[in-house]
Amino acid sequence: MAEILKFWHLVWPALGEGLLVTLRLSAGALAIGLLIGLPTALARVFGPRWLQLIATAYVDAFRGTPMLVQLFFIYYGLADPHINAWLVALGLPDGLLVLPSITAAYVALGLNSGAYQAEYFRGALQAVGSGQMLAARALGMTHTQAIVNIVLPQALRLALAPWSNEAAYMVKYTSIVSLIAVPDLFGQARRIMSRHYNQMTMLPFVGLIYLVLVLLITWIMHRIEVHTRIPGLEVEHGRS
Amino acid sequence: MNQLPETEPVVRVKDLRKRYGDLTVLDGVTLEVHEGQVVVIIGPSGTGKSTLLRCINLLTVPDSGQVWVDGEEVTAPGCNVNAIRTKVGMVFQDFNLFNHLTALKNVAIAPIKVKKMPKEKAYELARFELARVGLSDKADAYPAQLSGGQKQRVAIARALAMNPRVMLFDEPTSALDPELIGEVLTVMQHLAEEHMTMLVVTHEMGFAKEVSNRIIFMENGHILEEGPPNQLFYAPRHPRTAEFLGRITELYGRQDAGLEAEHKGQRH
Repeated sequence: MAEILKFWHLVWPALGEGLLVTLRLSAGALAIGLLIGLPTALARVFGPRWLQLIATAYVDAFRGTPMLVQLFFIYYGLADPHINAWLVALGLPDGLLVLPSITAAYVALGLNSGAYQAEYFRGALQAVGSGQMLAARALGMTHTQAIVNIVLPQALRLALAPWSNEAAYMVKYTSIVSLIAVPDLFGQARRIMSRHYNQMTMLPFVGLIYLVLVLLITWIMHRIEVHTRIPGLEVEHGRS
Repeated sequence: MNQLPETEPVVRVKDLRKRYGDLTVLDGVTLEVHEGQVVVIIGPSGTGKSTLLRCINLLTVPDSGQVWVDGEEVTAPGCNVNAIRTKVGMVFQDFNLFNHLTALKNVAIAPIKVKKMPKEKAYELARFELARVGLSDKADAYPAQLSGGQKQRVAIARALAMNPRVMLFDEPTSALDPELIGEVLTVMQHLAEEHMTMLVVTHEMGFAKEVSNRIIFMENGHILEEGPPNQLFYAPRHPRTAEFLGRITELYGRQDAGLEAEHKGQRH
């Protein structure tokens, strides 16, 4: 009992603060990803050719490179003095892209999640058969009305299963931000370990916290899926 | 019943042409459908029957030729296509019901979104249209919970809710199990009795013979022959018509099998 109390004293409140950062970062990255991913998917499926190309290039770039490279590029790469000098020459504020580590974390994780979410939404939009659009147009709906009222609601329902995977992944992936000194759950754990050399208790403990988080999210998303179930509209797929 | 009235036809098609690459699908089709007429288009698959229907509400854009609906030229530049489409009801072979909506909402959504009808009024209308196709009890069912015949009847109700000037049926029973065909044909027959103007692509020769005013036989993008059912069935002028009708009757059994089976069923 005394051991446990001692350990708790060691890790609290640091891990609690880290947990809050992890939760905020996960929610923020998923929200940014949603705001970027859904329009990107719509652009790829329904947009003009040039917009499709831009959307595809973005998705490929972020799905085809390691997230760690993206994070370092946004944190260290964009802070490059040459880039800064160039931005100043363009009349932009000095140090615009010299981002604080937490900002870089939101941007990198958000852009990365946006690319994956765009793929989930694209798959879902395409899984809604072309007959749905045809029937909507035949009734006199405009292209936009047909997308908003007919195709998108079905696609969002179809995307729920892969989207819940993305939410579970994102909670774990946020741990890489500790590498640019963001004090998230894993960052706090690393700090404690470096001071007390207690990795054999810290690593399983932190792992357990992530596990509980992921199970919780999976359970919540499952409840939402059951709650929004529509007969005949079910598809399963996820990040590969 | 077959003499052409002096009024403007509901649908007029003039010299319609459509090619897909090397394939000529429509090769100069001209036809008129007048108020209250039921016109059936028959012919081998791939002879442009469906394309013809889709050119009428511009789901497919023809290469050349003109289409008028209710006196308005659909093919004229700057024509409000969406406004025209509200006057043209379309029923598809594979139903295309909106999968995320109940039968009631499937019928009500276009009046709500396109005609800006208040929701309560639209649902009232939807209930009326579902009753018209005999599906009042299925208002809250999702498409996946309906049989093929029921789906197609909801699709007909959905098109009717827009109060169209003409209904286009694109092989409405081809995707159905044989025992479900009758219920759809019966609904269509009732529509015809209510003097709905209808243009129907079908292989149901019983329906063509019993319900239509005129049959059009199409092959290779041309209209080879058209006339009242008795002419095409009993005194075809073109040898290909006779050949096709002979084959299709062999393939689908007795010419009036579909409708008769349904009528028998209703007596019980």
